[in-house]
Amino acid sequence: MNYSKPKFKEKYGNYINGKFEAPDDGEYFENHSPIDNKLLAKYPRSKASDVNKAIEAANNAKDAWGKTSVTERSTILNKIADVIEENLNEFAQMETADNGKAIRETVNADVPLAVDHFRYFASVIRAEEGSASELNENTVSLIIREPLGVVAQIIPWNFPLLMLAWKVAPALASGNCVVLKPAEQTPASATFLAEKIGDLLPPGVFNVIHGFGPEAGKPLASSGKVDKVAFTGETTTGQLIMQYASKNLNPVTMELGGKSPNIFFNSVMDHDDDFLDKCIEGAVLFAFNQGEVCTAPSRLLIQEDIYDAFIEKVIARTEAIKMGDPFDMETMMGAQASNDQHEKILSYIEIGKEEGAEVLTGGAAKKLDGDLSKGFYIQPTILKGHNKMRVFQEEIFGPVVAVCTFKDEAEAIEIANDTLYGLGAGVWTRDAHQLYQIPRAIKAGRVWVNCYHDYPAHAPFGGYKKSGFGRENHLMMLNHYRQTKNMLISYDKKKLGFF
Amino acid sequence: MEFNRVEITEEATEIVEKLKQQHGEVIFHQSGGCCDGSSPMLLPKEDFYIDDNDIFLGEVSGVPFYMSHDQFEYWKHTHLTVDLTNGRGASFSLEIPLGKRFIIRSRLLKEEEISYLNKKEG
Repeated sequence: MNYSKPKFKEKYGNYINGKFEAPDDGEYFENHSPIDNKLLAKYPRSKASDVNKAIEAANNAKDAWGKTSVTERSTILNKIADVIEENLNEFAQMETADNGKAIRETVNADVPLAVDHFRYFASVIRAEEGSASELNENTVSLIIREPLGVVAQIIPWNFPLLMLAWKVAPALASGNCVVLKPAEQTPASATFLAEKIGDLLPPGVFNVIHGFGPEAGKPLASSGKVDKVAFTGETTTGQLIMQYASKNLNPVTMELGGKSPNIFFNSVMDHDDDFLDKCIEGAVLFAFNQGEVCTAPSRLLIQEDIYDAFIEKVIARTEAIKMGDPFDMETMMGAQASNDQHEKILSYIEIGKEEGAEVLTGGAAKKLDGDLSKGFYIQPTILKGHNKMRVFQEEIFGPVVAVCTFKDEAEAIEIANDTLYGLGAGVWTRDAHQLYQIPRAIKAGRVWVNCYHDYPAHAPFGGYKKSGFGRENHLMMLNHYRQTKNMLISYDKKKLGFF
Repeated sequence: MEFNRVEITEEATEIVEKLKQQHGEVIFHQSGGCCDGSSPMLLPKEDFYIDDNDIFLGEVSGVPFYMSHDQFEYWKHTHLTVDLTNGRGASFSLEIPLGKRFIIRSRLLKEEEISYLNKKEG
């Protein structure tokens, strides 16, 4: 199959109450592709009045939707999954055009994982049960889960469709209505999804509002008519959204990124076998999705006695990364999502050099030919330094890994935890004791052991420390979108005796 | 000679002044983390709660610049310049609708700057 930029309409609307609607004041913003900086389409520059319409539609729909049977909701979620799967190539092309990532990732990861996510939540709600406890011979406690009502969700631009699935699937599965604001860099796939699945859901259950954070995100996050706010992004906006939610005493979940350590113990080099090959790939996964992953393994920790031999292989594998047209199935790494990100990444490489980091490979923008010369490409970059450097402490969100060595287990743990964040980590070893003890000592919500960047729907994902709180994926996610109703029932005919 | 921790370029000043007219008093808060993290955010002053957990780094074009104290521990050896670039950022920062994005340029502080700032900040 040959992939190419899909056809876009000139402009799109917000999806409110089951219909596409123009923004009230008629203002749109232009969405350009980071592949070649060419215009894709225009999307609504929504303001509070548009946002409030979507919130109202969701509130009008919530009682009926909250009462649908799990069978019905499960069937609908499965149909949504089927529709995404039937249109896999269209979604993948749209995602590549919009975000700039390589088509081999959208075809093999982003879209299939989104499909599976809807299927997972369609399944688990069928198998779930509440609980009943006999507290004494006359008293029974029933625990029943009820939907919150209307959920506001603000999602990022690195995996536009997959992050939508992570948030929307569990919210709908638990019987909530959703008002979703996609990131302004990547409005395409949420709109395409609304076009494709609109008729599967009652009007008002799923709403998509486009626009900018200060103009559309703020009224959504601060609305007194939503019952929860879920956010993925950075720490300052995270704090701001929590403040807005605090005015309404609304619950929030926050996924705010990380600076994840990827730790390689010396035993990985004991044999030259498939496992070592896997380890080298595991170290190079910093370049996956151009490094635009909250859990990017952006700190590479290598035990000092294998450092020279190991890093040589990592550099060779990194230099074999093929960059080029993101629509070419052979391309391994595409464009950064926007010009400002491209600039930010380059500025980090500069401060890294100034702090004394040694550039082992890369270290500059990547120039491509033709139309792609206008796109935003960075060479996969390895910087050698120490953990107090800013390139070891800040999320660069680009294909840049900072590497350092450690002496022993204690030092590996100390470096791994010397960070404000705690979202992901990787531990690679052939030692059975390290396999368990090191992950337990790392303060992060997801520790990959002898693997990395695997995101199955059935494994909980979320942060420690400044990486946020709350979890995504896994059936425990359902309770982030539900109330606990406790019915405490007395079967005793006798009064208490107080009055 | 006087030194500071943070400065701003002319291009960025122009946009800050424009946004001050539109939104009144504003602050910069340096973000961290995912996506648009590691970028400075320009926010309406009354919107963002500042307390002892934030470090005041100085003023740029009349706007106070803050960073959380734990982040400052990792940044304090560097001098910051607020600059401007074209681009579509995602966040609640006020310049986003203009198709512009504030960006931080950093350099190492020199010995004399560090000793001056240490004395000044006590």
